[in-house]
Amino acid sequence: MRITCPHCGERDRREFTYQGASEIMARPDADAGVSAFADYLHLRDNPAGDTRDMWYHDPCGAWIVVDRNTVTHAVTGSTLAREGRT
Amino acid sequence: MVKLIAQTPCEGQLPMTIGDVTLTEVVIQTAWNVAPFAGKEADVSKALEAQSGVGFPAANRMLTKAGSRSIWVGAGRALVQCDGLPELSGLAAVTEQGDAIAAVRLDGPAAEATLARLVPLDLRVSTFKRGHTARSFVGHMAASVTRVGAEAFEVMVMRSMARTLVHELEEAAKGLAARA
Repeated sequence: MRITCPHCGERDRREFTYQGASEIMARPDADAGVSAFADYLHLRDNPAGDTRDMWYHDPCGAWIVVDRNTVTHAVTGSTLAREGRT
Repeated sequence: MVKLIAQTPCEGQLPMTIGDVTLTEVVIQTAWNVAPFAGKEADVSKALEAQSGVGFPAANRMLTKAGSRSIWVGAGRALVQCDGLPELSGLAAVTEQGDAIAAVRLDGPAAEATLARLVPLDLRVSTFKRGHTARSFVGHMAASVTRVGAEAFEVMVMRSMARTLVHELEEAAKGLAARA
């Protein structure tokens, strides 16, 4: 499996650490209520197919949002998390 | 009174020549990690260039001029080696790195093949030219790998990893030489 770092280009998966689903990028407003925060923290889809998750590129220190497919293992895109995509 | 003796990161371990590759220590006495604040990269680059001749490097590149160097060392960060930094207050986060980095230079026809055993990148000169740098792994250790010549590389790791770096490079070079 190879993942593209927006800075470094296509790299081996060993250079990356998985964090979790990209929902973590979409934090509810502070006054959204307890149930919204419970969902944000704990509820995740488990898709067979396209998914989007957070990876850390260890040697360069960039957080990236990766589009990949859990069925085919294809990695189809990646952007820097700091660019704020949700 | 205890008498302190300054030691370089790879003191007593280098230089060594194995087959067609020579490993030597590069002592980095003065260096700074410069991380420009959001939107300040151009200002930082201008200030650096006015003072030291080298600006802020693009990703995966090293800039050199008359003894000064600036090397890209990760997302939004550069390692700047020069006599002194300009005033960067309000422009960048600066961390002093002198004495904090272990750097080893590989010279010789086997330098490329030695690193090929350790670094999961295509470091051939056709794709990785002089002045190109990469953040990757040497074995299991995060490192900066920079091509400094046709048959020369410089590998930088944290100082605490100096002995591991020398060991990894030595083993790779020995393995290569044994097959020659």
